[in-house]
Amino acid sequence: MTASAQDVAGDLADVRIGVVTFPGSLDDGDAARAVRLAGGSPVALWHGTHDLEAVDAVILPGGFSYGDYLRAGAIASFSPIMREIIDAATRGLPVLGICNGFQVLCEAGLLPGALTRNAHLHFRNRDQCLRIEARTAWTGDFEPGAEIVVPVKNGEGRYVAGAEVLAAVEAEGRVLARYVGANPNGSSRDIAGVTDSTGRIVGLMPHPEHAVEALTGPSTDGLGFFTSILASILGARAVSTG
Amino acid sequence: MKIDTVEAAGRTPDQEQPHAALGLRGDEYQRIRDILDRRPTSAELAMYSVMWSEHCSYKSSKVHLRPFGDLPSSERLMVGIGENAGVVDIGDGYAVTFKAESHNHPSYVEPYQGAATGVGGIVRDILTMGARPLAVMDPLRFGPPEAADTARVLPGVVAGVGGYGNCLGLPNIGGELVFDGCYAGNPLVNVLCVGVMRHEDIKLARAPGPGNAVIIFGSRTGPDGIGGASILASETFEDQKPTKRPSVQVGDPFTEKLLIECCLEIFAADLVVGIQDFGAAGLSCATTELASAGTGGMHVVLDEVPLRDQTMTCEEILMSESQERMCAIVEPDKVDGFLAICAKWEVRAAVIGTVNDSGRLTVEWRGEQIVDVPPRTVAHDGPVYERPLSRPDDQDALQADTPDRLSRPSSADELRDTLLGLIAHPNLADKTWVTEQYDSYVRGNTVLSQPEDAGVLRIDEQTHRGIALSTDGNGRYGRLDPYVGAQLAEAEAYRNVAVTGATPIAITDCLNFGSPEEPGVMWQFAESIRGIADACRELGLPVTGGNVSFYNQTGDVAIHPTPVIGVLGVLDDVRLRLRQGLGRAAGEQIALLGTTRAEFGGSQWAGIMHGHLGGLPPTADLAAEARLAGVLAQAAARQWLTAAHDVSDGGLAATLTESVLRYGVGAQISLPGDRFVALFSESAGRALVAGTAYGLAALEVACTEARVPVTRIGTVGGDELAIDGVTPIPLADLRTAWTDALPRLFGAATPP
Repeated sequence: MTASAQDVAGDLADVRIGVVTFPGSLDDGDAARAVRLAGGSPVALWHGTHDLEAVDAVILPGGFSYGDYLRAGAIASFSPIMREIIDAATRGLPVLGICNGFQVLCEAGLLPGALTRNAHLHFRNRDQCLRIEARTAWTGDFEPGAEIVVPVKNGEGRYVAGAEVLAAVEAEGRVLARYVGANPNGSSRDIAGVTDSTGRIVGLMPHPEHAVEALTGPSTDGLGFFTSILASILGARAVSTG
Repeated sequence: MKIDTVEAAGRTPDQEQPHAALGLRGDEYQRIRDILDRRPTSAELAMYSVMWSEHCSYKSSKVHLRPFGDLPSSERLMVGIGENAGVVDIGDGYAVTFKAESHNHPSYVEPYQGAATGVGGIVRDILTMGARPLAVMDPLRFGPPEAADTARVLPGVVAGVGGYGNCLGLPNIGGELVFDGCYAGNPLVNVLCVGVMRHEDIKLARAPGPGNAVIIFGSRTGPDGIGGASILASETFEDQKPTKRPSVQVGDPFTEKLLIECCLEIFAADLVVGIQDFGAAGLSCATTELASAGTGGMHVVLDEVPLRDQTMTCEEILMSESQERMCAIVEPDKVDGFLAICAKWEVRAAVIGTVNDSGRLTVEWRGEQIVDVPPRTVAHDGPVYERPLSRPDDQDALQADTPDRLSRPSSADELRDTLLGLIAHPNLADKTWVTEQYDSYVRGNTVLSQPEDAGVLRIDEQTHRGIALSTDGNGRYGRLDPYVGAQLAEAEAYRNVAVTGATPIAITDCLNFGSPEEPGVMWQFAESIRGIADACRELGLPVTGGNVSFYNQTGDVAIHPTPVIGVLGVLDDVRLRLRQGLGRAAGEQIALLGTTRAEFGGSQWAGIMHGHLGGLPPTADLAAEARLAGVLAQAAARQWLTAAHDVSDGGLAATLTESVLRYGVGAQISLPGDRFVALFSESAGRALVAGTAYGLAALEVACTEARVPVTRIGTVGGDELAIDGVTPIPLADLRTAWTDALPRLFGAATPP
């Protein structure tokens, strides 16, 4: 490794990405692995505390927090750590919600719309082609319009929102990603993920953290979400110190 | 409310008790009286009746399972038959535990919850050994695909397996889906779970150390699965509470997920000396098994058990099969630490008793002594039967009715139509409709899952050590010859593991049979066990544990004898695993390993095309299986091959279909000898392989040395499956035939 490459690796490792574990979170280990493979430092955050441990960004992972009781993501959105995350997110902390994490973000009111039962009523797991549309803190490393393949697996992944909300999301370029080919769950306008207006709070139904190694994933396309956020945070640091 | 106390039982020796309604025979009831030297209390009667049931005591199967214990010892085997699950050494300090269990009857009554709680139960068995559960598999068998009852049962079972396993965060890495008329009214829902731990972390179900606390944790106890206890309640008590309760338990996977994480944290902090899950027979089973395997005595205060229904009687509490509960034995100074971890995970826990050296299990309820028994007599000294067995009268006629008389396709079009007809049958068709309802990715260590031949998991991210698992069974073969059928089941699972490049090291079994009270069924059972034990001896594999499910029959019609065998293999480097699909490398050539004979007895061709079951099953040549596995392991390690796929149900025709459709790359095939035999025979001990010219040349040398027959049969490429003498089939047509079968039967695959 050259001196400058070592510097970059060292800088990346200084980026702390929190991964929250709620009761019933399942893909928290996978999200942490993805952060590590991208070069960053994953930090485990516990739902029951108010401590964000000075992380630079947060991932709300997939799973069945609180068994999906009441509504998927509904109970988790009221947990102590979410109080802090909602507060920090409104002040600029980047947050990625994957699958159940996306549901939590919608329940918490940080993202518009809701995720409902798949149109065909089955849990569905398949390798899914997505088109990345919005340029955000979590998607900066993708070419605009890039098509990627990552797993989608959910029972309640059908994105819905009122007509005005959908129109606004489209008009403001806040569709993060869209399903290409067969829509796996009946989501409105094939929407797989959305972003807030700042491009820092992002929700995605499919699972990029399961597409980070050729050995275990359908591709390594998912790694782009994790390298993107590391680059975005390092870039922001360079600006603020420069 | 009257409580039947130990004191009262001594005072009223002649009080009549409903032992027959609880399933105890007169001589069994008398034995309980002899053991206790008085009549049992109603609580004791409840405990003995559930623990001496077929399900818990293995009273009909015990004598026949002895051959497993007689197998030579294996250096790999760390914990054998008798514990919640067996444990094997996979190297680098890792120990793997795996076991399959049946939940057949509950799944017929209530498909979703029956299947869901089947997953929950086997996962707790694996957890109880001290292991982190890693993955599940689900060998499923149903009645005819088009039957109305199959449409009722199958979608619920699949949703239940998925609903529970997905919510636990356990990838489903394989299984089986088989349809046969014999399973109408008796679906088989078997579930396998595998877990891993470090050698030093193995836990056992025992209660040593007088003074240690007995702690129940997990869900509260409710009135589920206590059909038998209702009889006691209605006969013993005067109050008018409802006695008809649902007998199928309801699962709560969220609680089980918390229980898993809570237990693993407790294990890591070394806070338990013994642990047991609550399965069948609930508290009766857990307390008597823990006590008899430990210091020998235990006192339980039943009032301390957290209840979901405060009107439950003491008999009901002792028999309840409420899910998601565990029992731990904890040293007094570690109780606080234990309870603190439970609180962190929001898991309810209560100290319900103490270990002692009295040699008795005593239970108190509302200040009265209601149980005072030697625990071993409940848990281990149940009745043992030598049931009569005899070869069924129709066995000779069945074997004499060979498939030779069936008309065979011969023209190029007939052979094509036969191939398309077979692969479009639900037994051989694409299983995606089922498997896409299961999470295969969670935990990020799934290297191979369905539709591959075996599930492969990475165990260590640094060393790349991994394991492979497959489950297989074939009731049709078993019906024709249960000894050979069982060996073929083991051989197929063994081969499915071997084609990934893994080295098979151990088996588990899930034995599904009809009524043990029928001599013909007992003969099938004994023959199957003998077949499995002999196969294990020949293949050098230990039996780590198993499960027996009897009474899978309706009236006097039993299911085919269906032993399902799970084989575990080890891969030193999972990156070198072999996959079934063709077309991943340029210039691939195809070869067939093994010997093809004209073997059609019990074949899918005979069944699907002619509705025929007769003759003899294929030869089980276990020495040849072992040689084939050796060559495959060598080929994988040396990276000679680009693909490998087992040949079994549906013969080479099914294997080729799956291999070309995996990545949508065709093949040109030229088969020696009779094309019909080459395509549709189900001779065992065979595998399709592909590699570059260099790789296959190296393989051929190894095959010659190992005496494994190898035949070049074609090349990879194009967009059709082109077999000499068979009308070529465009891949698109092949795919349509293969993928449409299940959605057509059970619902569209794509949303409207």
